[in-house]
Amino acid sequence: MSTLAFAARDSATMLRRNLRYTVRYPVTIIVSLAVPALLLLLFVGVFGGALGAGLGATPPGGKYIDYVVPGILLMSIGYGASSTTLAVNRDMTEGIISRFRTMAISRSSVLTGHVVAALIRTILSAVLLVGVALLMGYRSSADAGRWLAAAGLIALLTLALSWLAVAIGLAAPNAEGTSGFTLIVQLLPFVSSAFVPTGTMSGPVRWFAHNQPFTPVIDTLRGLLTGTPIGHSAMIAVAWCVGLAVLGYVWAGALFTKGATR
Amino acid sequence: MSPTTSSPAITASGLRKSFGDKVVLDRVDLSVAEGTVFSLLGPNGAGKTTTVHILSTLMRADGGEARVMGRDPARDPDAVRAVIGVTGQFSAVDGLLTGRENLQLMADLHHLPRAEGRRRAAELLGEFELADAADKRAATYSGGMRRRLDLAMTLVGDPRVIFLDEPTTGLDPRSRRTMWQIVRSLVGRGVTIFLTTQYLDEADELADRIAVLDQGRIVATGTPAELKRRVPGGHVRLQFADDAGLTAAERLLDGAARGDGLSLNVPGDAGIHALRALLTRLDDAGIEAEALSVHTPDLDDVFFALTGRPSTDTGSTDTASTEGVPGASAQTTDTAFDQKESVR
Repeated sequence: MSTLAFAARDSATMLRRNLRYTVRYPVTIIVSLAVPALLLLLFVGVFGGALGAGLGATPPGGKYIDYVVPGILLMSIGYGASSTTLAVNRDMTEGIISRFRTMAISRSSVLTGHVVAALIRTILSAVLLVGVALLMGYRSSADAGRWLAAAGLIALLTLALSWLAVAIGLAAPNAEGTSGFTLIVQLLPFVSSAFVPTGTMSGPVRWFAHNQPFTPVIDTLRGLLTGTPIGHSAMIAVAWCVGLAVLGYVWAGALFTKGATR
Repeated sequence: MSPTTSSPAITASGLRKSFGDKVVLDRVDLSVAEGTVFSLLGPNGAGKTTTVHILSTLMRADGGEARVMGRDPARDPDAVRAVIGVTGQFSAVDGLLTGRENLQLMADLHHLPRAEGRRRAAELLGEFELADAADKRAATYSGGMRRRLDLAMTLVGDPRVIFLDEPTTGLDPRSRRTMWQIVRSLVGRGVTIFLTTQYLDEADELADRIAVLDQGRIVATGTPAELKRRVPGGHVRLQFADDAGLTAAERLLDGAARGDGLSLNVPGDAGIHALRALLTRLDDAGIEAEALSVHTPDLDDVFFALTGRPSTDTGSTDTASTEGVPGASAQTTDTAFDQKESVR
């Protein structure tokens, strides 16, 4: 077998291992589904009336739920990344990564396994979440092509956050060390265009919300799904995702090769 | 039959490693014959784990040369990885998978065919007395079971060289004995074992050759018997039935000193010739000893003689043995198993 075939086979083995966790301990997927679903209920059912009225930014004849769904999807991706970083960190602290590093296996397979598993997990919870949103009255104007583009962007962001999550998981000395990353990915959506337009925010917060990576992604998703203007957001969103993915990938690779052995 | 005549499985010359300005290995030379057990013996922080990390491709040395089965860990790590197995101080098992799944994971990573992998996993589970717990999650295993699973995982790929880094640290006496039996059976199959330990009795029990590592330097190498011979303290103890015999023998033998009860300690070599000569002298003088026992110095004596310090800080006012541990505090616990050589 060629090197590439070995790499693919080892990655598949690692992926099976990671997916087995998901099947055996479905709590990770339940959390990344249930928490955003609850937030959806909260924002639509409790704050939705007031926020929607105050917005004026909802599409003509639209409802607040149509505005908020892309942001909720991003929160789900954030929760998924948090469980990825914990899983990688557990591998690191349990010492099994050291074992893998003394075996003649494809170096990238360990991390690729985690990332691909995260991708599958996150896409699955995103699909389920859209199902919940549809049940709650979410309506999209998008055709199949636009849905596909939205799915692609979600996958791209998941890829980026997963590689960052892997790097953080490798770098952190213990599970507590990953909490900073967890906090950031779970809080960032609140200071973005997820729940209210950035234009309604005050001074420096508005600047931050406008320029942080989640906002262009959310704006692009919203545009794709409900037909609001996208403008430059799509390009900025893709640039952020690619940039973060490359950063995470290179960082994780360097940490893995250097071997932060304990 | 003599282990020194076969070709070496592991060699190292002039290995050096520092972390910051802390010198951890200072020109270490090693040679391990194929099919033997080599023990690197030393207190915490001596550099044992660092040596294992370098030889097992986890870490690069700052200087020096190493070969494992003729392959260079620094330049050709994958070739080395293909022939080694490593069981470290921390049980590297996947706690969320069952014992069987852990072994099958290893089989998959060694690219064994499915059926072959399943067969190998079942075989190892039986051999390591894990069959009853095979389908329980490894996280629920006891310390001894985790170590056995860890070693079983190392064996899935049939490595020719196995690194065991403090395999029994923290285990209860019964689990230690089990590990020792397993190690002996591995050597029976022609595997070369590189064992690090801070337990002198373990090196004495298992090793064909021992190197004593102290603060990054090899201070002595040899067979357990050779090392013991380098150290004064061996004696023959004679036991007498009555005081008359004891007194007569004491007068006859130079340098003999009374021990507990009716016993006499005769210093010196305890070889066959010396013993025969001693018994002949007693016979000629008509003195009858009731019992005889031979006391060779143990490796504790060796360590003290070689380094001027005790090997462990147990029962000693001197805690010098934790010197040289990067970032370690001078703890005075007798089990010492939670102190590790920290390598970051």
